[in-house]
Amino acid sequence: MLMASGSTPVPGVPSASLLRLENISKNYGSLVANDKVNIDIRPGEIHAVLGENGAGKSTLMKMIFGVTQPNAGTIYWKGQPTEITSPARARALGIGMVFQHFSLFETITVAENISFTVPGDIRELSQRIRAASEAFGLAVEPDALVYKLSVGERQRVELVRCLLQEPSLLILDEPTSVLTPQAVEKLFVTLRMLSDRGIAILYISHKLEEIRALCHSATILRHGQVTGQVDPREETSHSLAKMMVGRDIPRSAHAEARPDGKVALRVSGLSTRERDPHAVNLQAVNLEVRHGEILGIAGVSGNGQQALSRYLSGEETLPVARRGEIEILGDAVGHLGPAERRRQGLSFIPEERLGRGAAPGLSLTDNMLLTAHRLGMVSRGFIRKRVRDDHAERCIREMDVRCGGSGANASSLSGGNLQKFIVGREMMLRPKVMVVAQPTWGIDIGAAAMVRQKLIALRDEGVSILLISEELEELFEISDRMAVMFEGRMSQPVRTRATTPERIGQMMVGLFEASDEMAAEAAQ
Amino acid sequence: MMDALIFVLAGAFATATPLLLAALGELVVEKSGVLNLSVEGMMALSAAIAFMVTLQTGSHLVGFVAGGLSGALLATVFAVLVLGFMANQVAAGLAVGILGLGLSGLLGRSFEGMTLPGLGKIALPGLSDIPVLGRILFTQDVVVYAAIAATALVAWFLYRTKAGLTLRVIGENPNTAHALGMRPVGVRFLAILFGGVMAGFAGAYASTVLTPLWSQDMIAGRGWIAVALVVFGTWRPGRVAVGAYLFGAVSLLGLALQAMGIGIPAQIMTCLPYVLTIVVLVAISADKVRVRLNAPAALGESYRPAS
Repeated sequence: MLMASGSTPVPGVPSASLLRLENISKNYGSLVANDKVNIDIRPGEIHAVLGENGAGKSTLMKMIFGVTQPNAGTIYWKGQPTEITSPARARALGIGMVFQHFSLFETITVAENISFTVPGDIRELSQRIRAASEAFGLAVEPDALVYKLSVGERQRVELVRCLLQEPSLLILDEPTSVLTPQAVEKLFVTLRMLSDRGIAILYISHKLEEIRALCHSATILRHGQVTGQVDPREETSHSLAKMMVGRDIPRSAHAEARPDGKVALRVSGLSTRERDPHAVNLQAVNLEVRHGEILGIAGVSGNGQQALSRYLSGEETLPVARRGEIEILGDAVGHLGPAERRRQGLSFIPEERLGRGAAPGLSLTDNMLLTAHRLGMVSRGFIRKRVRDDHAERCIREMDVRCGGSGANASSLSGGNLQKFIVGREMMLRPKVMVVAQPTWGIDIGAAAMVRQKLIALRDEGVSILLISEELEELFEISDRMAVMFEGRMSQPVRTRATTPERIGQMMVGLFEASDEMAAEAAQ
Repeated sequence: MMDALIFVLAGAFATATPLLLAALGELVVEKSGVLNLSVEGMMALSAAIAFMVTLQTGSHLVGFVAGGLSGALLATVFAVLVLGFMANQVAAGLAVGILGLGLSGLLGRSFEGMTLPGLGKIALPGLSDIPVLGRILFTQDVVVYAAIAATALVAWFLYRTKAGLTLRVIGENPNTAHALGMRPVGVRFLAILFGGVMAGFAGAYASTVLTPLWSQDMIAGRGWIAVALVVFGTWRPGRVAVGAYLFGAVSLLGLALQAMGIGIPAQIMTCLPYVLTIVVLVAISADKVRVRLNAPAALGESYRPAS
């Protein structure tokens, strides 16, 4: 039922190409998003498109899916030059796409969502959804309301929706960024099954290990140009990264932390009741960050990390009677607001860079003032412009922030550069405790490497860092101990060097026993 | 006492009908993600035009058609501003509303104080003979019945048809809807037009049936009540209808009490319907999950088709 129409691959015999891009170029004004890109995909092939943010991956996919049209070049579909004028046209040709930010409506059911692209009576459609979800190992409940589903479930809905249209080419945009390691494995099983049935897959990602494990071929993009077309199975992550970034990327190698045992940040028995009924409540969360260590908090997003960061930063405060549930350097601070906690030596780098980490419409100098005002920038209620400007300039210089000068609006910077600026600003405050949420989310490899280096440097100076991240690789790279959040609960911490991504993955779905065993082992 | 009660309850349906008609129209508009605050102005303009036309032709039906058309006309002006020129919906709604109020005053000046014959009540055969209930529920004019039917129709359209599903998801996320091949601008235009026609009918009912005597400031805030009913009724047609009828009943209760000589200050009686309606509907909408499920997430946001 789901065989790709047209040719099927015969092992060893090269089959005709399914999709061929010839010299595809796209520019937005003076910005060149894609420059003479050539790609050739055969039925059943899993083809990776690899590149940093801004390398032109998304633009390329949008052209293949008909969301936007190329300025030059030709797209051949099954050998014929084809203009893909709209997503509807792409779907009619047999191209399906699963977006990174899902295109599901939250307030209606799974089946209703699918009914927009797959015609038919809802009841009959529900049966087809069940059949497909069984055939491909994608558990999906057609009558469920989408807002209740986890991100992993939503992705399965998107996949099922695509598959019901019997595509011959499936485009997946960063499909694993929201999944646990176990869910990634399951997804790969499904994708290989689809590939065996002759469905070609375009797999967009920046995760090198995954591409090496899954894909048959890879096209690497940098600044809109193809910088390599390789068989990823014959490459190393290092060589792929080099093609992607254009230079060598050092890993954040570092000695193991030697915390002196004193606790700088302590949370004991923190439970919350969120106002939003869909938010996760914290349930008796305990954690300790000692001097000079990085404690990583792993977990799929939406398991209470947001609430935890709000309560730690002071955006959300506790009643005075419960102030002892959060301690900074031995002082109960649960009832204090953000400014008071910052005076106690806390610094906070939030997940949203624009809006919470920086004010989008303000210049970098004014953004410097937001938290760093106590570095002598204000005197008797008046701003000392010189001091403020000097600090901003220094921060831009030291962190290598690429921007149009210190007067540039925060919103004009790329994510990576803005994050470097924010990290630099918080470092200038010489904090004793730092809470960092998703510091490298959506920023390029170079900037991410720099941010991680700086965090390690801070740790080595004795700063206690709590790192909340969804990127397991990042946590394994720089954290000294790790704990996992699941449905508002916090696992026992484990030593990073004594655990594996698989065990952390089990904890990410709530199997905390894994960590308890390890804690017990460690105690012996 | 009993008669007074029957008077209040029977009259409540008529009093509530213009609110309900306008609110049902606004509900559909808001469900598509557009906030049209010109309801008051659309009602006022169509009240004047419907009054004029009914006066000339002697036909309520022709008056209603004229009212509906003038509501649609003003709604089209609003639609061009917000869909064509991406104007801010709040500002455009207020501006068009003021335009409607101004035109209404201008057109109505020449027939200030004139009256029209009302619309006959239709006693539903059989049902109207039921004691008490018959006189309350089943001896009403045709528009009252039509408004009840319209409530059911709007609910059926929104929750049982594909077109209604399309409208609702455009109100949740027009960009995603567009990516799936839907046409948010076209659907929103039709929704705004429907809202205009319904506000037009509401205005026509107010000036030619409910109080068939022209005076300036005929609508007296009813358009705003309709907008509020939509929000407090959590965008559900049934709850909006409950809110409208409750408001109607409590407004008339004040009159009945005064007629019976019960000494409650008139000011308190005048504000009672507003207070009570808000209290009841806030209680209904206290369930945050329900509100989140029903409130159009993209309400008030301009949608610019991707190029």
